[in-house]
Amino acid sequence: MASKRKYRGIDQLSTRDKVIVGLMVVVPTLIVLWLVWLPAIGSVLLSFTNWDGIGPLSDIKFVGVQNYHDIATIYPPFWPAIQHNLIWLGVMFFIATPLGILFAVLIDRGVAGTRFYQSSIYLPVVLSLALVGFIWQLIYSRDQGLLNAITGGTTDWYGDPDVNLWAALVAASWRHAGYIMLLYLAGLKGVDPSLREAAKIDGASETKTFFRVVFPVMRPINIIVLVVTFIESLRAFDLVWVINKGRNGLELISTLVTQNVVGEASRIGFGSALATIMLAISSVLVFAYLRIAMKED
Amino acid sequence: MTDITVDTPRAKARRAPREGGPSSGRRWVMPVVLTVISLIWLFPILLAVVNSFRDYAYTAKYGYVSWGGFTIDNYKNAWQQADFGIHFWNSLIITVPAVLLTLFLSCCVAFVVARFSYRFNLALLGFFLAANLLPPQALLIPVYRMFRAITVPLWVSDSGTLLNSFAGLILVNVAFQTGFCAFVLSNYMKALPRELYESAVIDGAGVLRQFFTITLPLCRPALAALAVLQTTWIYNEFFWATVLLQQGDKFPVTSSLNNLRGQFFTDNNLVAAGSMIVAIPTLIIFFVLQRHFVAGLTLGATKG
Repeated sequence: MASKRKYRGIDQLSTRDKVIVGLMVVVPTLIVLWLVWLPAIGSVLLSFTNWDGIGPLSDIKFVGVQNYHDIATIYPPFWPAIQHNLIWLGVMFFIATPLGILFAVLIDRGVAGTRFYQSSIYLPVVLSLALVGFIWQLIYSRDQGLLNAITGGTTDWYGDPDVNLWAALVAASWRHAGYIMLLYLAGLKGVDPSLREAAKIDGASETKTFFRVVFPVMRPINIIVLVVTFIESLRAFDLVWVINKGRNGLELISTLVTQNVVGEASRIGFGSALATIMLAISSVLVFAYLRIAMKED
Repeated sequence: MTDITVDTPRAKARRAPREGGPSSGRRWVMPVVLTVISLIWLFPILLAVVNSFRDYAYTAKYGYVSWGGFTIDNYKNAWQQADFGIHFWNSLIITVPAVLLTLFLSCCVAFVVARFSYRFNLALLGFFLAANLLPPQALLIPVYRMFRAITVPLWVSDSGTLLNSFAGLILVNVAFQTGFCAFVLSNYMKALPRELYESAVIDGAGVLRQFFTITLPLCRPALAALAVLQTTWIYNEFFWATVLLQQGDKFPVTSSLNNLRGQFFTDNNLVAAGSMIVAIPTLIIFFVLQRHFVAGLTLGATKG
């Protein structure tokens, strides 16, 4: 494509230009290094210490994997939080994401009114998850909620630990499906129409065409959707924090980390171990995403 | 089974309905299904809109499955009780600098990556993009302690430290969002013909002039899309604002929502009005700048 005669490296640049190019990279790199990567390393290192956050840094003692051991054995909210995160992921993966894909496929068929359908389904995506929590309160509230008004029940949908996770998940799925629909719709538009026609000529039904022809060629988008689903499930925070700060049935790893730092008892080493667990899980996902995103280059 | 209609020109048209033919007799099914889905999806928001205009005494008496008692008092009360004026101002002075700085720094990184064949340019991009994907809660402890330890002049923040300061929050937002924008922009910039730079270099243009007079103007569509997307995201950002700002009166709109809960606890109509006020900026984006928002979101996923 491009002529390959010149521009091999910065050799042609004047000294002044070299400095400018250097600054253009170094300044953003330093900001990201300082506020993302150093803290990530910091979390890992602190997780092996017993720092309470009060004493001077010189008081820090190395305690090995004690924090991890404590988390797994004597920290009651940990296993429920893991379980809730897994349920969260399961619902997003098996319900919300397929729903979003289904919507995209239906809309992509090009029936009249596409714009209306598309806009309605993705409207929740522009709202913050915190706001989503408030909007659904009108449906879930015990005394004034629509759900109880219609069913005559008295369930406190946000408060009852038996149901509040599911109530939150309905609200989260409402938004997530729209997000996935948008991503998938963009991918579907890029599929070569002649593929579909070939399948049609061969007599394949639409369902078959999608699963045998369209879905496989959408591999890059599928993986991005998959990683987005996993990462969003791991990062889930805003919605449960506005409901009840992640307590009483809504514990998630993200809320446990936050409670350990901002809350009354600041247990830095302990909270860092929780954070490191999150980092370990997410680094696998990030790696998968990077491989896909960079592969095409 | 499906009858095969080959050769009709209509089958070739990308936009034409792909299912059945006029003979299938089920053409109304899809629109009905999609309309029902759309209405279900709109329902929670419509419910909030309708109830935000209803009088509490009326709905308390007749219940929510009723019609009537319309008023705009909820909006007046919500605005006053929640001090939305100050929170909107906070959102503005956090979001605008954060978006501008994010876009500018992303452009710088993307330009260098796309324009020069650095050996490590992909690794560099990975460094930024990975940062965008890490869970923020996992980085909270060191960021929180660092910000608490770093003192800044009082004119930067009345707290005297980066903790509880707008500057700190802006920086964190920039650090997290730069990766995604740099990734999208570098893909975009890579598609620009290199001949443009060639002739500029022959004309004696330095790097800065190439950046400002060639690259940036040509990236306007991508920048518009990213600006809209980032404005929405940073306006909606909840976690960092909640934990890094300690005083309620410093909260941007999205985080201040949490304060409303207690005050509005007994009055859902007031909550609805408050929610709608908070949603207004993003709803404006939704209705007016929808094209850019969608473009920004999908640029990263589909390689523009």
